[in-house]
Amino acid sequence: MERDDLIVNDNYSLNATHSEEAGVKIRKNIIYVTVLLTAITAVEVAMGIIFKRAETYTWEAIKWTFVALTLVKAGYIVMSFMHLSEEKSVLKKSILMPYILFIIYLFYILATEGFGHLFNHNSLH
Amino acid sequence: MSGHSNDNVSSKELWGGGRSPYGISYGKMYMWFFLVSDALTFGGLLSAYGFSRAASESQWPIGEQVFRALPGLDGQYPLIYVALMTFILIVSSVTMVLAVEAGHRNDKRGVVRWMLATIVGGMFFLGSQAWEWSHFIHGGGGSFLLAKEVTVTGENGTQYTLPVGEPIFMDHHFGELAEGYANGDSNVILENDHGHIKLVQFGEHTHEAELHSLTINKYIIGEQEVSGADASALWDARSESFKFGANMHENEYAMQQSYANFFFFITGFHGFHVFSGVVINIIIFFMALKGVFEKRGHYEMVEKVGLYWHFIDLVWVFVFTFFYLI
Repeated sequence: MERDDLIVNDNYSLNATHSEEAGVKIRKNIIYVTVLLTAITAVEVAMGIIFKRAETYTWEAIKWTFVALTLVKAGYIVMSFMHLSEEKSVLKKSILMPYILFIIYLFYILATEGFGHLFNHNSLH
Repeated sequence: MSGHSNDNVSSKELWGGGRSPYGISYGKMYMWFFLVSDALTFGGLLSAYGFSRAASESQWPIGEQVFRALPGLDGQYPLIYVALMTFILIVSSVTMVLAVEAGHRNDKRGVVRWMLATIVGGMFFLGSQAWEWSHFIHGGGGSFLLAKEVTVTGENGTQYTLPVGEPIFMDHHFGELAEGYANGDSNVILENDHGHIKLVQFGEHTHEAELHSLTINKYIIGEQEVSGADASALWDARSESFKFGANMHENEYAMQQSYANFFFFITGFHGFHVFSGVVINIIIFFMALKGVFEKRGHYEMVEKVGLYWHFIDLVWVFVFTFFYLI
């Protein structure tokens, strides 16, 4: 049966193939990313065990370190494992832009509404 | 590997249809857009968790105090189990990306082998999560709330004045019998022999547990063990309010039920994604095994389920940080 949903003339990911030699290189990169992700997770857990939360200022810095490390991990998963880095830039943008907007929105709502409970005891509690 | 922009194409041809602006097939594009929306759902859940936590007036439990048990071991291993789950998921993500790579070489045996490894990894993760849920639901011995103010000395020698309503935590052994006692089980008798408080459960086999020590601040900063006469004083100041483990109505970990509810919903929703991912992986595994993709000439379906499977790993990375670590 001939399929009419495939556009054979275009340059598709469908036709994405690579040779044995290229495969060796790709697998090497996969191993590299795996080791990196595992190492970052190990560092995070070690930090959680070593640093105590009682020291407020240190913990604040550690929290942001966790967030940064998480974004590094997420970046490697999306760009390398999900191959987003190899996609067209228009696809990349339409996938990533919603998150950039979402994060800006979250910061906005945190800055304007996030501390409401501290000042408004009558209506909230 | 993927498409390139079409330079030197006349606009008539460009707008004449039959082209893919993203350079990918519709199936892969819809998988990406589904993942975009699904990620916003998880983003909303984690944001709601953060806001609830920030708005909470009583202290919120911290990950390394709540999640520090390992199956079959006694000691305390903060977050090691969760880190292990993270590692399992990362490894199964790797086997999936190897399956995709094998697909690009039209290597059927490779695809089948790595898909199978991915399925096994997913099942290991689900099993780990089942244990974690079971542990969370059963709890660490339970707690009771104080009915009056008590001043005790912790193991570090510091005095603590505990207000009315402060949760006090029992050890596993004592808590087990205390659950029957608190629920009005007439087989469980409280004995107080010269300050030695004991719970005895009569039945086919008689069990008894003596109150050796109680714990304060168990799931927050500054956990302290209180023993001897101070422990007895805490027990005597107990209210009727006992909590054992966690369910949809009460939990021993936090004063707020939303803590347990967020745990169940966020990890449960993620676990459901893992479960459906495993089911889809099994289907793709059998399709690859039967040679469906070989006949089709390409292994793009493996790539599509691969995207979903990596997304599950991606979500877990965020859950790990925002629910367990911070």
